[in-house]
Amino acid sequence: MSRPDPTETFRQEARELLERLEAGLLDLEKTPENGDLINSAFRALHTIKGSGAMFGFTEVASFVHEFETAFDRVRKGHSPVTSELIAVALDAKDHVHQLIENPEGTTPGGDAILDKLRTIVSTDRFPEAPLPKEQPAPAAASSAGPKRWRVRFKLPADSLVYGTNPLLLLDEIAAIGPCEITGLTDAVPVLSELDPEVPHMGWQVDLTADDPRSAIDDVFLFLRDGMELSVEELAEEIAPIAEAAEVKPAEAETAAKAAPETKSTPAAASTEKAAGASLRVAAERLDELMDRVGELVIAQARLTQIAASSSDGNLKTIAEELERLSSGLRDTTMGIRMVPIGTLFSRFRRLIHDLSRDLDKEIEFVTTGEDTELDKTMIEKLADPLVHLIRNSVDHGLEDAATRVAAGKPAKGTVKLSAVYAGAEVAISVTDDGAGLNGARIRAKAEEAGLIAPDAKLSDQELWQLIFAPGFSTAKEVTALSGRGVGMDVVKRTIDGLRGAIDLSTKPGQGTTATLRLPLTLAIIDGMLIRIGNGRYTIPLAAVEECVELPPDAGSSSRGRNFLDIRGSLVPFVRLRDVFGAKGEPDSHPKVVIVSSGEGRVGLVVDQILGNFQTVIKQLSPLHAGLKSFSGATILGDGSVALILDTVHLVGSAHRDEPKSEIGRAA
Amino acid sequence: MSKTILTIDDSASVRQMVSMTLSAAGHTIIEAGDGAEGYSKAIAQPVHAVLTDLNMPVMNGIEFIRKYRQHPASKGVPIILLTTESDEDLKRQAKEAGATGWIVKPFKQDQLVAVIKKVTGA
Repeated sequence: MSRPDPTETFRQEARELLERLEAGLLDLEKTPENGDLINSAFRALHTIKGSGAMFGFTEVASFVHEFETAFDRVRKGHSPVTSELIAVALDAKDHVHQLIENPEGTTPGGDAILDKLRTIVSTDRFPEAPLPKEQPAPAAASSAGPKRWRVRFKLPADSLVYGTNPLLLLDEIAAIGPCEITGLTDAVPVLSELDPEVPHMGWQVDLTADDPRSAIDDVFLFLRDGMELSVEELAEEIAPIAEAAEVKPAEAETAAKAAPETKSTPAAASTEKAAGASLRVAAERLDELMDRVGELVIAQARLTQIAASSSDGNLKTIAEELERLSSGLRDTTMGIRMVPIGTLFSRFRRLIHDLSRDLDKEIEFVTTGEDTELDKTMIEKLADPLVHLIRNSVDHGLEDAATRVAAGKPAKGTVKLSAVYAGAEVAISVTDDGAGLNGARIRAKAEEAGLIAPDAKLSDQELWQLIFAPGFSTAKEVTALSGRGVGMDVVKRTIDGLRGAIDLSTKPGQGTTATLRLPLTLAIIDGMLIRIGNGRYTIPLAAVEECVELPPDAGSSSRGRNFLDIRGSLVPFVRLRDVFGAKGEPDSHPKVVIVSSGEGRVGLVVDQILGNFQTVIKQLSPLHAGLKSFSGATILGDGSVALILDTVHLVGSAHRDEPKSEIGRAA
Repeated sequence: MSKTILTIDDSASVRQMVSMTLSAAGHTIIEAGDGAEGYSKAIAQPVHAVLTDLNMPVMNGIEFIRKYRQHPASKGVPIILLTTESDEDLKRQAKEAGATGWIVKPFKQDQLVAVIKKVTGA
């Protein structure tokens, strides 16, 4: 069906309407009180205005709008119908006619007619308020970037009957951005009282939207007045607020320099950031929780062991379920306390920057292992010791540029801060490429301070450890930054308090590394249970890289070295049977567990690999604390005890002794 | 999915425009020139949505809505008002009578299609 151009239809229609308007106006002059005539005239104007705007007659629309506004006052009785009004209205009608017939040409006189019309109808005391302008889009107020919104709504009881489909509303919201929709069913009555025509449900939508809020409002455009609707912006991150509240800017500025006891370290703040919404819990409660979980894990391991030797299928099922649950509970509990150390590391950038400026040394600061997670309280306590160690590296370790260049090193010194899991420990190292510790000077200084007897015989390691003695300082002059002789002893005390250890290694002219070895206080790990002779031992699974069979031809150490060829690289191995002096016949097919630590890889030759078990680390008694090869003990499912191998120590000693012979007898 | 939409307007040009626009969007259009005609057409066959003007002779938009909503055929059928100005009072009356939404004239063709999509999903 072909129809004429709508514009032509409009013209036709407008002509008829204008004729009707003219007739109406003339009739109205005779019967000024005839409301029907007034309404009819008004309706005619209304239609012309509405259609005119739609078909591109904007001048018509704006003129008729003014015309209509004036006439509306007449309709509402604010202004009487006078012959004067009718005359002007007829002029106006003629003007509209002109505009419609001749849209391209200029039709002057419109303003004059409108002025006249307005004067006539505004004789009363109510000046016509200007028509409310289109609300400016609130988009301007919204900032860039997606925002999170929580929209909750419940429709009016009659909305379903009145043609609102809530599913379409939800579709519309979903079209704005990714969202999560939750039905709110609390107001849904029991079936016998349920009226299927009433939307009893409400909805909650968590929406991420780039669009401004108005996009959400538009969805409910038709419903806003009668419905329950709340749109609130969700905080994107709690953390910035928390940080601002807890770490005063000045404190944050000087945190690295003065290392004051701040209530909340950046590390702590970052936990809150990650959690989104945070909850403060006393640390003791977490410790208690951890203890309980530890006991639960032990009990579960025993159950699993009993179930394994039982033929009761139900028991096996329960044991498996419990194992799964307790493993999840363990991870969650541990996760609560764990914080990546990177937050602490980033704090030292400022320290390095300041040191570099104050000491006029160019420093390259390198960090690795930021993802390494450590107990939150431990990270807080590590801040001070690390500040001291870094200061010492920069102040005492790194030479000035001229000396460095003379020694053939780059003018720019490097300080490296790294964290790495080493079995059940985390090793945090501060490494510089400076001059290294000066043994002679340390010795002289210690003698001067009366720390050692002049003729004392000390190993290198013992000598280095002297720098941690109270009152020791080798700096020739006391600088503002370090060298007051307090600091390193504080470091030592703090690390001891965390049941950790400090290792120093230094090479003259090449630099010094201070390594803090800290236990994962969360004393449950995944362990690999192995058997050597009649004894069972646990290797922290985190340290295990792979397991291989010991090749028969590697059985002897006749050439003085024990090496395995692991895909082209030589890995030293240690026969734990020999190390531990195990009795009983060796297994005909020994296995090699390749473990790694910061220092490298080493193979541990064991008789049998028994499997992976959750392992609750118990500290060794003080009597046994000196056993270097073990970091702790654990209780197995059957109640017996297995020692946990200190892989860091084993790897370290294997590598240190490797150039000599008989690695197998190391440790 | 094609919807059957009833447009009630005393202006033939508006009906024509609505009809052209929505036909192009794949809908079937029924036209009526006033509320009374609109009512008889609305109950004679199932419709998916009604577009109605407010100012009309014989039976105006609000009277139409009141009458139509009393008929069971209107259950769940969205009614969209075509209003020239955003007259809050008229809009409120129409909503109380059972209107679902509104379009302010002048509207663009895609606005009309968008509103129909909003209330019918198509």
